Amino acid sequence: MNRKIVFATLVALPCLTTLLPAQADENYRAKAIAMIQKDFKPRGQADLDRLAEDGVQAICNRTGNHPPEALAKTLEADQMASVKWPADGKLMGDWKKGESLAQSGRGFTWSDKPGLPVGGNCYNCHQISPKEVAYGTIGPSLLHFGKLRGNTPEMQKYVYTKIYNAKIYNLCSEMPRFGRVEALKPEQIKDLVALLLDPESPVNK
Amino acid sequence: MKTLRILGALCTFAVTGGLYAQTADNIDHAKAAQEFEKFRAEMEDSNPAELNELKGEELWKAKRGPKNVSLAESCDLGLGIGKIEGAYVQMPRYFKDADAVMDAERRIVWCMVEKQGFKFEDIAKKPFQSPNDSGAPDITNLVMYIAGHSRGKPFAVDLKDPKVREVYEIGKEIAHYRAGPYDFACSTCHGTDGKRIRMQDLPNINTKEGATKAVMGWPAWRMTGGVALTMQWRMNDCFRQQRFPEPKYASDTITALLTYLTANANGVVYKGPGIKR
Ligand code: HEC
Ligand code: HEC
Repeated sequence: MNRKIVFATLVALPCLTTLLPAQADENYRAKAIAMIQKDFKPRGQADLDRLAEDGVQAICNRTGNHPPEALAKTLEADQMASVKWPADGKLMGDWKKGESLAQSGRGFTWSDKPGLPVGGNCYNCHQISPKEVAYGTIGPSLLHFGKLRGNTPEMQKYVYTKIYNAKIYNLCSEMPRFGRVEALKPEQIKDLVALLLDPESPVNK
Repeated sequence: MKTLRILGALCTFAVTGGLYAQTADNIDHAKAAQEFEKFRAEMEDSNPAELNELKGEELWKAKRGPKNVSLAESCDLGLGIGKIEGAYVQMPRYFKDADAVMDAERRIVWCMVEKQGFKFEDIAKKPFQSPNDSGAPDITNLVMYIAGHSRGKPFAVDLKDPKVREVYEIGKEIAHYRAGPYDFACSTCHGTDGKRIRMQDLPNINTKEGATKAVMGWPAWRMTGGVALTMQWRMNDCFRQQRFPEPKYASDTITALLTYLTANANGVVYKGPGIKR
């Protein structure tokens, strides 16, 4: 069933984007894209294909990050359909590994060696463990996350899928789609779930 | 005397710069950031960038390049040949001879190529200073010199010029264009007031206050690495953080962003080259 939806929206995307109530001035937008296309060169692992918008990006760019609700709901469902789950079916791993992943901001830039493990970048945007005071504020504080929200199977599933692909719940979220773009493997996402939800994690002390 | 004082400051910077390199990957970001702000404030009036300005002045006045002419006698930064007072804060602007809107650095490069006969490729090969280089590239020193001659003058990008206005609007689009593996745009990190990444404050470039923070103090002497850097570098490194490929040096895209940023700060008095973390 999900396959069908994915397929339908893929086909519908080009027409949808032309029908959208564009927030951006189309003339300037077209010129901006043309300018970007000619003004970059590949470097390290960062190839020119990164300049093209995928479906989600195109819709968010078109609508100033406020897509029409019906469209957002359909696309969010598609994002959910593409989640890959850990082989053993468990969603909580090792919070200690999760903490070091959350600390590392490495990955995907032209100065990062390709193939090196990619970090989670989490502290760039979130307060997480009370021990780390150098945290960013682009995202909400996740301090005491498990203490406040519990660690039921549903909560584990929510956190796993949120990290796997933040756009499932908020199509134009500022948070990257870590699983979807294969920055983080299912095993690593499990460790991050544990960092947020495990009662032993410093996050919940 | 002044030079001596600056050299003294440089030594202090070298020491703290090393300290920072050691702690940068550590938990101690917060403390390092505080220490740096302290030094930054103390040293503001003996900015090592003044040495770059001095070198830039020599370069501006010397006959150089295959055509053996000086920029002072050939280069028009928008106010007439050789006129530099207040030129920096009025760029980006439209230049008829090049039929393009250009930011300060790009315009100086244009003059070096068109008037002095240098090759663009040679300048673009290594336009930014790296930590182990013995000095800044000529173009950085020239930008420092020109920027220094706008100290105390308000930013005044001419948005009434339709050509500038168009580039401004395109720059605004580029600032909001999300793409790449992390779906980042400039505005992901610089689109809301009062945000930070780790301990680094992120100015909201869409507001006058934020854009002022963004352009004030550039070109800058940067304590991390002890290097002199320009806005062309700042844009380049933010595209790196954005996980984009590398923007071409002195390209339209960079001019468009700088038009957007600088015009958003129009009216604010520029303090000249500064010191950055
Ligand atoms: C570039 C910024 C950014 C990065 C990096 C980032 N996030 Fe987020 N995150 C956000 C924003 C913004 C939100 C809130 C909006 C939303 O829900 O999408 C958010 C929301 C969340 C939520 C939901 C909070 C709630 O109350 O339900 C969780 C959980 C989360 N992030 C975990 C993580 C983890 C773990 C990482 C690292 C792997 C991470 N984030 C990396 C920006 C970021
Ligand atoms: C992933 C995050 C990220 C993205 C995307 C990003 N920046 Fe930045 N930007 C930063 C950080 C972090 C700093 C501060 C660096 C420092 O202090 O050394 C910064 C600094 C700056 C500054 C200098 C501010 C000052 O106080 O001197 C400007 C201007 C700027 N960015 C503009 C841009 C523009 C324009 C874009 C888009 C091309 C962009 N940034 C994209 C993270 C980002």
